[in-house]
Amino acid sequence: MIEHWLSYGLADFVPFTPATYLRLFELTNEATWPLPLATWAAGLAAAVLALGRRDWQVRAVLLLLAAAWAWVSWAYHLDRHAAINPAAPWYAAAFALQAVVLAALAARGGVTFSAAGPGVFIAAAGLALWPLLRPVDWQAVEVFGTAPDPTAVVTLGLLLMAAGRARWLWITLPVPLLWCLASGLTLLALELPAAVPTLVLPVAGTIIWARRRSNGLDGAR
Amino acid sequence: MSLTRRSLLGAAAAMLAVGRARAAGVLTRVIPATGEAIPAVGLGTWATFNVGDDPAAMDACADVMCAFFEAGGRLIDSSPMYGSSQATIGHGLARLGGGAPVFAADKVWISSGEAGPGQIEQSRTLWGVPRFDLLQVHNLRAWQDHLPTLLAMKAAGTLRYVGITTSEGRRHEAFEAVMRDHPLDFIQVTYNPVDREAEDRILPLAQERGMAVLVNRTFRQGALTRALEGTPLPGWAGEIDCASWAQVLLKYALSHPAVTCAIPATTRPDHAAENMAAAAEPLPDAALRRRIEEAVAAA
Repeated sequence: MIEHWLSYGLADFVPFTPATYLRLFELTNEATWPLPLATWAAGLAAAVLALGRRDWQVRAVLLLLAAAWAWVSWAYHLDRHAAINPAAPWYAAAFALQAVVLAALAARGGVTFSAAGPGVFIAAAGLALWPLLRPVDWQAVEVFGTAPDPTAVVTLGLLLMAAGRARWLWITLPVPLLWCLASGLTLLALELPAAVPTLVLPVAGTIIWARRRSNGLDGAR
Repeated sequence: MSLTRRSLLGAAAAMLAVGRARAAGVLTRVIPATGEAIPAVGLGTWATFNVGDDPAAMDACADVMCAFFEAGGRLIDSSPMYGSSQATIGHGLARLGGGAPVFAADKVWISSGEAGPGQIEQSRTLWGVPRFDLLQVHNLRAWQDHLPTLLAMKAAGTLRYVGITTSEGRRHEAFEAVMRDHPLDFIQVTYNPVDREAEDRILPLAQERGMAVLVNRTFRQGALTRALEGTPLPGWAGEIDCASWAQVLLKYALSHPAVTCAIPATTRPDHAAENMAAAAEPLPDAALRRRIEEAVAAA
């Protein structure tokens, strides 16, 4: 059994063409328009709220993130992605789990955000860079709360702004990081340029965050 | 039936009639087990036909199938591993109104031997064909369980040919052992100017054992044609009537005497027709095959 799976290469796990992959985003945007504008605005609102220090602002950030993960789990992975990728239901489950964890953290409270560190840059890139990755195929634009990559990147950025301030917040990091890895490898196999930021930005940002944290530069306690 | 649908079916029937006429000029190869001749170029569906339930994309794939049949093609190959490809083929065949001269080749790809017949029946339903012409054990997955099932189906008359597949050179030793010990009609392997491992033992063994050979990854999933894109077609390509690198690569595969049919995949109807046009003499000789290998290596 193991021998069977080890005999496959990266491209064997990507059973669709780049055109079909990009078409998923086009169809999702078409079917839910103008909701993608609202989900992107919700991401921007979450980033602005993360700069505040009031308890309701922090809870609102986590709830907005939870809603985005839940929506992407359903509207993208189950409703679109599953039609071409047998792994999509597993991705949907991981996104739903992340939504539950974020909602539980919102209910628990006690989180604070800091505008210092790489998280700010990553969250800003997720909001501003990802919609610009496809200037030609603009119908296939990927935005926070509708497409999985910018959702994971923005979430990771915001969580890195908070994670150093409460040690247990690390449990929110694996799913966004693993998704960026899985998606980045898919984009790599499809030879799409978005593979570079999807793989490099989250991993580099997390490494920088971890080094800052170990040097006590992010206010960890 | 609406006028539009009736006219579409009429156009499809006319197209298939043209296809049958053109098939007379297409290079064919004989399946050793029966002597049946099939066109030497088929249609693969990995990645290209996995378009989900998007009607526009499914229609685009049906257009590819139309162009393929119109140019005299017959063999279409798929697998349960290929996502929605089987349903897309079924959509295309239904759009042609049941008159397509398809040689239906599919695979069984599941770890449980007991689940094999159920998967095969599901595949057949998706294709919408009364029976498969060829079923292959995909990448030797659970072949000990599936091969008896396929041989029993053949004995019962619900299947015409039995085969096994591999790709990218994986598990060639085990592949060779199955070829030696079992009465296979077909094998499917990767073969192109870069991936030539099959030449050493697999292809000669297929000739010795009287097995038809399907060739996958003729273009290395498009990597070879993309690499050759900026390279002008050499003058010698004219000697084998090639107008594109894709045709050169296909004729390279077909020029091996063991090869029965190459099964390139495409998303474009014009490319399907161009691929079918490669199923024609003349084919490269040994000297020209070396030049093709050198040109591909230099790209």
